[in-house]
Amino acid sequence: MSGKEILETNNCTIRFGGLTAVNELNLAIRESEIFGLIGPNGAGKTTIFNLLTGVYAPTSGIIKFLSKRVDGSKPCQIAAMGMSRTFQNIRLFASMTVLENVMTAYHVRTKQNMVDAIFRSSRHQADEKQQRDFSLELLSIFNLAQFADEQATSLPYGNQRRLEIARALATNPKLLLLDEPAAGMNPQESVELMHLIGSIRERFNLTVVLVEHNMKVVMGICERIQVIEYGKSIALGTPQEVKNDPKVIEAYLGGG
Amino acid sequence: MATLLRIFGWLGASILIVTILESILKTLKNYQIMGSDIITDYGLNIICLMGISISLAVSLQLINGYTGQFSLGHAGFMAIGGYVSAFTTKSLLAGSGDERGFISTLIIYVIALSIGAFASAMAGLLVGIPSLRLKGDYLAIVTLGFGEIIRLVIENIETVGGPRGYIGIPKFPNWQWLSTSAFSGTFSSMSWIFLFAILTVIVVHNIVKSSFGRSLIAIRENEIAAEAMGIDTAFYKVSAFTISAALAGFAGGLYAHLYGQLVPTTFNFVRSVEIIIMIVFGGMGSITGAILGAIVLTGLPEWLRLMAGLRADWMPQWMIKTFTYLPELRMIIYSSLLIITMLVRPQGILGQYEFSLSRLLKKNKTTKTNSEEKKA
Repeated sequence: MSGKEILETNNCTIRFGGLTAVNELNLAIRESEIFGLIGPNGAGKTTIFNLLTGVYAPTSGIIKFLSKRVDGSKPCQIAAMGMSRTFQNIRLFASMTVLENVMTAYHVRTKQNMVDAIFRSSRHQADEKQQRDFSLELLSIFNLAQFADEQATSLPYGNQRRLEIARALATNPKLLLLDEPAAGMNPQESVELMHLIGSIRERFNLTVVLVEHNMKVVMGICERIQVIEYGKSIALGTPQEVKNDPKVIEAYLGGG
Repeated sequence: MATLLRIFGWLGASILIVTILESILKTLKNYQIMGSDIITDYGLNIICLMGISISLAVSLQLINGYTGQFSLGHAGFMAIGGYVSAFTTKSLLAGSGDERGFISTLIIYVIALSIGAFASAMAGLLVGIPSLRLKGDYLAIVTLGFGEIIRLVIENIETVGGPRGYIGIPKFPNWQWLSTSAFSGTFSSMSWIFLFAILTVIVVHNIVKSSFGRSLIAIRENEIAAEAMGIDTAFYKVSAFTISAALAGFAGGLYAHLYGQLVPTTFNFVRSVEIIIMIVFGGMGSITGAILGAIVLTGLPEWLRLMAGLRADWMPQWMIKTFTYLPELRMIIYSSLLIITMLVRPQGILGQYEFSLSRLLKKNKTTKTNSEEKKA
């Protein structure tokens, strides 16, 4: 594991009116680690994801991705740089097929332009074939290839979650942000998901940041965990360290 | 090279289809049923309008159906294309009369229509930019306002006739190899209208069934997810507006040269709504649906009007009576049709279904192999 940081935030703060959702957050995510972000409900974890991916611009502070400042960039620019995400409430392209969902995300890397598309040039056809082949391969890694031509929303919940991860991977990310990937999954599916996250990290040389409430998953795969409460970081360390931190216990169970 | 061949292939096929269509109409025009013409001049006129409606509806589908942005300003784009191209042909052809050759006249028309389409595209670019900030109803209001502004501006330009209308726009030259007396005059532009309708369908279809089109649909389905997947939603929304406006502008140019005159009130708010109704009726997000909607909703009111004149010896008295009253009821029938559609099939007649020749052929093949397997 290299010690190089792929993503850093420096005193990152965002306020919505009088509410400080994230307060002077310092994150340092190292290359190819699996990093957990946990905290009680409403702690600001999803807001942190929205900050990192450019949905919100921070009120103050700096965000650096691949040593470049990205605070204030548009989400699509950050995505093109190699940061991809899934959503807490599933946001698939509902009317598209499973395959099209993945192919749409491949668009960042497309070589065809609109004129190619209108005239169906050979560049268009080669590119479409490449998109299709790559997407099918990705789907087969996720065991979704047999559903390729089905409508995305017709899949069962667990498969929809995995399809979202597959779609995020189609943008060829270096950093993958997963927002509660195990939500709504049964224990069996959660275990499979853990293995899947581990294997795609190896295969695609990824760094993974995970927001999750399922402690079995978090403790099982994360190498380091940061705990957030009321927008502030209260602990950082290995799962074992975090588990025994009195501040964390207080945040989750309340002061005794 | 292969691309060039494909383009010529498509163009050739389109011309062939138009030629066949025209020949059929021409043949039909020579026959009568029950003592009345199958197709009158009036009927041919409606068929031309259907062709223009197809172009307009299919191009609007790109904004409203695929990108999911609600635009109410399509008549405005049509007006810009119509007036600009009419002004161009009128100035370029001024005083030259009929002595010009077919080819040089043709080139002038193509240039004029392209200039009209370009002007309209620029307007689309202008309207597309507010669409980045506005959503849903608010965008609809802005585009509606835009359409009305265009109309009012035209009404105040004296060079193009102002509110009295722009007259004396030269009509299309005939396709030489097709021209006969039946298709001169008003119907000289029929082939051009249908050729363009087919090209619009091809262009929109090719855009939608590509990486570019999937990005548009992604914006409709979930803008936040689309942005997070690296799709520059701002760029694609403006592109959709621009392309759609260019196609509508071209259709507007064809409309201008079909009648040889333009009246600003033709391009009012009601015209925009009519185009929207076509795609809502046919199915949002379906090219086939847009074509169906354009044909049915352009044809139906006129067809009901024609029913009045329909009578034959074998018809009982009540039938003739009903037919006589049908024209009076045509707006009621038109609106009840829309109400019933919205109640029974709110997604439109075809929903997002798309007719596909290759799928049809494939299905036939599989049913064939299935039946062969059964036999074995």
